[in-house]
Amino acid sequence: MSIWEYANPTRFMQTSGKLLPAVSVLSFVCLVVGLIWGFFFTPDDYRQGSTVKIIYLHVPSALMAINGWLMMLVTSLIWLVRRHHVSALAAKAAAPVGLTMTIIALVTGAIWGQPMWGTYWAWDPRLTSFLILFLFYLGYMALWAAIENPDTAADLTAVLCLVGSVFALLSRYAVNFWNQGLHQGASLSLDKEENVADVFFFPLLVAIAGFVLLFLALVLLRTRTEIRIRRAGALIARERLS
Amino acid sequence: MIALLRRDLKLAIRAGGGFGLGLAFFLILVVLVPFGVGPESGILSRIAPGILWVGALLSCLLSLDRIFQLDYEDGTLDLLATAPLPLEAAATLKALSHWLTTGLPLTIAAPFLGVLLSMPSEATLWLVASLAIGTPALSMLGTFGAALTVGLKRGGLLVSLLVLPLYMPTLIFGAEAVSRGAQGLPATTALLFLAAITAGCAALLPFASAAALRMNLR
Amino acid sequence: MPDLGKYADTVLSAYAISIVILIGIVAVSVWQARQARARLEDIESRRNTKPKT
Repeated sequence: MSIWEYANPTRFMQTSGKLLPAVSVLSFVCLVVGLIWGFFFTPDDYRQGSTVKIIYLHVPSALMAINGWLMMLVTSLIWLVRRHHVSALAAKAAAPVGLTMTIIALVTGAIWGQPMWGTYWAWDPRLTSFLILFLFYLGYMALWAAIENPDTAADLTAVLCLVGSVFALLSRYAVNFWNQGLHQGASLSLDKEENVADVFFFPLLVAIAGFVLLFLALVLLRTRTEIRIRRAGALIARERLS
Repeated sequence: MIALLRRDLKLAIRAGGGFGLGLAFFLILVVLVPFGVGPESGILSRIAPGILWVGALLSCLLSLDRIFQLDYEDGTLDLLATAPLPLEAAATLKALSHWLTTGLPLTIAAPFLGVLLSMPSEATLWLVASLAIGTPALSMLGTFGAALTVGLKRGGLLVSLLVLPLYMPTLIFGAEAVSRGAQGLPATTALLFLAAITAGCAALLPFASAAALRMNLR
Repeated sequence: MPDLGKYADTVLSAYAISIVILIGIVAVSVWQARQARARLEDIESRRNTKPKT
């Protein structure tokens, strides 16, 4: 057994078809448990009041926005090196999901920022880098949509993803230089000292698991869609020829 | 190589479009800003570094789709791809000629436009230095964006969407260097970061541009 | 329903918007998946019924 077996679309369709219902159900359960736990059964923070409950949406979506791009980077690399179509299609499928996560992170952050920092938007480094990430997602999807030949589109978007990753990382640290932040330090590091308290931490973990699984389920579903569209296109082309 | 560079420069100057247009756009943008924000010199001198940098960046964008489009249409690009000269070198030369026709004139014009925005005189040196160091990176990134969209009918708008996020770090460090210079603060750190970005772009992006070109020509 | 205090609007709107967006992306993905599957099945059935030439 090797992971490259899933580069075969038929194998991928079989396995993902079996995996998809399980992942979907699991993600739904985790989301419901995590969010309800977080919303109903956690205490208010002594300084932030009840707004601390937004953390169960804000942190997981922000996490998945970044990891979504990371996944696209890895799948793009696999496509460029080993030319497995499933990999390129997975990158294409992940982009809208990542974009959605970025939007959720930005929106919940803005809503949270209003009572806490007194403004919906500030040019804080993390906010700004998320805005930049949002623009990268938009550009990536626009390039996919603009090119007709699917293989060329996969190639070019993969190259854009590589170069974009470098510059997204660069922007992330460049904005630090340009403005000091309002954000607190890491709230989820392994270093216990600066971590959030356990009451908030466990429901947050469940919510994160829910978001990760949701992302996985959506990417699987969308990759399956892309494969089907590709196959339909190929069959039609064959019909026209014969 | 020199022949290719000379040819590109000649085309850019004779066709008129790219060469003068970017400069004229830069001028008009700088003239428009005081109408928008009011003529108080205090405000203007504060925002001058940012305006000049954003203006230079937008003028660079204007001529991006010309880098490869004409060559693609008349088949020159196919010849370049099969020529003994590696495509990476061709992409570098394209970026260089783009810089010579947009970035360099902008750098030279910027101090004079800075006067219009009542920029403090001690910032002028920093402005010229930061533009001279930063605009090559803009041309390199622009060439990459143009290479990505070369096969498309209406690539112009898409190039802006793709390239603008890539311009972000250059803009941040460039404008920061000038505004620190204007306030009399040490600005060398920003300038060094800017130089690092340009050097990195010059080293890596020709490969990305050439790869994108090959994919488009296949 | 927990007591959300003076920030009730903030928390509720954040949850409402996020859940709407999440349901939105799931709905769009499922709808696209259905469409693609229906289209593919249509084409494949057409291929199978057509006599081989």
